[in-house]
Amino acid sequence: MDFTYDSEQRALRDSVRHLVSRAYGEFENRRKAVATEPGYSEDVWRALAEMGVLGLPFDEADGGSGAGPVEVSLVAQELGRVLAPEPFLGSVVVAGGLVAAVGDHAQRRVVLGAVSSGERVLAFVPSLERSPVTSARADQGWSLSGSARTVPHGAGADQLVVAADLPAGGTGLFLVEDDADLLVRQGYPLVDGGRAAHVVLAGTPATPLGDPVDHTAAIRHVLGGASIIAANEALGAMEVAVDSTVHYLKNRQQFGVPLSRFQALTFRAADLYVSLETTRSLVAWATMVLAEHAEDADQVADAAARAGLKVATAGRHIGQEAIQLHGGIGMTAEYSIGSYTAHLTVLEQLFGTGREHLASLAAAIGDHAEGDPLG
Amino acid sequence: MRLHLADDDAAFRDEMRTFFTTKVPREIRDSVARGAELSRDQYVESHRILNAHGLAVPHWPVEWGGRGWSELRRHIWHEEMQRAAVPQPLVFNTTMVGPVIATFGTQEQKERFLPPTANLDIWWSQGFSEPDAGSDLASLRTSAVRDGDEFVVNGQKTWTTLGQYGDWIFCLVRTDPAAKKQEGISFLLVDMRSPGVEVRPIQLIDGGHEVNEVWFTDVRVPTGNLVGDLNRGWTYAKFLLGNERVGVAPVGQTKRVLAAAKDHARSVELLDDPWVSAKFAELENELLALELTALRVAANSADGRPDPASSVLKLRGTQLQQAVSELVVDLAGRDGVAAFAGQESGVAEWARRATPTYLNLRKASIYGGSNEVQRQIIAKTILGL
Repeated sequence: MDFTYDSEQRALRDSVRHLVSRAYGEFENRRKAVATEPGYSEDVWRALAEMGVLGLPFDEADGGSGAGPVEVSLVAQELGRVLAPEPFLGSVVVAGGLVAAVGDHAQRRVVLGAVSSGERVLAFVPSLERSPVTSARADQGWSLSGSARTVPHGAGADQLVVAADLPAGGTGLFLVEDDADLLVRQGYPLVDGGRAAHVVLAGTPATPLGDPVDHTAAIRHVLGGASIIAANEALGAMEVAVDSTVHYLKNRQQFGVPLSRFQALTFRAADLYVSLETTRSLVAWATMVLAEHAEDADQVADAAARAGLKVATAGRHIGQEAIQLHGGIGMTAEYSIGSYTAHLTVLEQLFGTGREHLASLAAAIGDHAEGDPLG
Repeated sequence: MRLHLADDDAAFRDEMRTFFTTKVPREIRDSVARGAELSRDQYVESHRILNAHGLAVPHWPVEWGGRGWSELRRHIWHEEMQRAAVPQPLVFNTTMVGPVIATFGTQEQKERFLPPTANLDIWWSQGFSEPDAGSDLASLRTSAVRDGDEFVVNGQKTWTTLGQYGDWIFCLVRTDPAAKKQEGISFLLVDMRSPGVEVRPIQLIDGGHEVNEVWFTDVRVPTGNLVGDLNRGWTYAKFLLGNERVGVAPVGQTKRVLAAAKDHARSVELLDDPWVSAKFAELENELLALELTALRVAANSADGRPDPASSVLKLRGTQLQQAVSELVVDLAGRDGVAAFAGQESGVAEWARRATPTYLNLRKASIYGGSNEVQRQIIAKTILGL
């Protein structure tokens, strides 16, 4: 049992922190980046590629550096700390993760090589029960039909990884090129300034990713892992939200004294700290489960649900209180704190809500007497 | 980062698990698991079994029975003990007065008191709180006035847990009424059989007798029973109260109670109720986060200094302990208020205990530094507010 990072991991964290805080340490820079297309800084993206960050989770044979979930989680924390709007989660972790999981040798080399070098951004289009994407065999291969709303970076992506129901049942995965016929993508900013798109496929030509067979298990597995990485991004954002709030209480003067003189406020800050630290413990544990039981889909799904529920609960607590303790300034777009709350909300909605995680854990409550985190 | 225990720590855990579940009598562990009150004899029997195997005071200095374990091992020891429903060694002896005597006492005091304290041959009571000195402990007024080679003690202590069983009581007493309030306090050991000591029971809202008032009227105490320096008692009290990083949050116990509550929920066909199952899932997850936080604190410390992280564990640990007891009340429904219905009533024992336990556990966020005091420590010491 060891919750500490080794020296190489700390070095990685420090270099990513250095890079992103140079870019977004001034919150105004982040505002500028999300105000213009593509909604993030291509310079930062390139620099992350040069640092090897965009190929971190992929095998060396596929153009990556073969690092594990702990390294990826550290990157996510650092991006979360400055609300970096770059498509790391969507492109590298989710869509890249799916390519790594089911792509054939050539697809992995070509696609992941281009993702790692920063030349190509991917987006994942899910097939949801209420808006399914279907696939059909066409003359020259396959075609896809259906639509999905709020696909992160769906409009700007160079290639789409699409989940689609197979004619014989099950869910397959497909690659769709950005210039494909019969593909319509309507991009828009999200509430936190991030980018997403409404993607419509109308018989759009597509290539199967790997074999056109049921990949339901692989999708569940990759998305479970991705929600643990997203929990790390949320943790980074919460860390800064709590720090900023404490800093504000020390410096803001009202009634002739700093706000930190009011116990009604400092007690609430103490509760924020408890939320943050218990979340840090659970997220670290889930990341270790992902690192050590990567092949066990059920364990990863359980850890993802537990981390997801905790992050959703703590994210709302911290996000709401951070604004309240800042007062009016917390409501302004110019000041950073409100954007942290907005981003935490987006992460929850895109990577599994507290309600969904709670429902899945509640459904399994009779399966065990008590939990044992040490396995 | 590593999820699993190292091999030797895992073997240690197995050893503890086997010991606690085989060497401590089943009837005692069943009583703890049912939430029943233990008799003095049961406490003593269980404590002495642990001590005979070096498991009562593992955190003491090695020459007085300590084991030199890592904090992680102490954490494992504590969790496994709670998991097996073994009564904790009496905390007044093992985590309060024992370490104070071992650290600040004279050689003579150590030889006289530590072995019987470790073996519960002396049952210690705690004489800190007073009617007008609760969270503001330093405003205590019980006085000890020097008279030759004795102190004469007068005053009243309160909330003395299990004082009805006590042989000796360690007290904070005012020895210099003129000094600033923290500076005139001393740490004194008093034989409870001395003339002038009177223990009066306080009945609590759960109907039980757990705490007492202890009155001192011209009680004569040899000066040799002063621990450490005169007027330095506040320092020793802070040492005693801030000494613990391990076992601050009753994680193992609360997990056990929550697991038992699932059986209760099944017995009243409520485990599939959406509100109930969601409540279980939520509490289980928060307990997991707390358990991992306790492990983080235990696994990543070496220096043994008081750690403000203890405040996080105390605050969250007691909140969850209380929340679980509240869930049991919800499960018991109207049977849960039939506290005094008795065996023949047909009301299940767990249900009869539900509300008394819920009421009794309101104490958890008040004692040992109230949760408001813990928030104050977090805000000041950790956040710098």
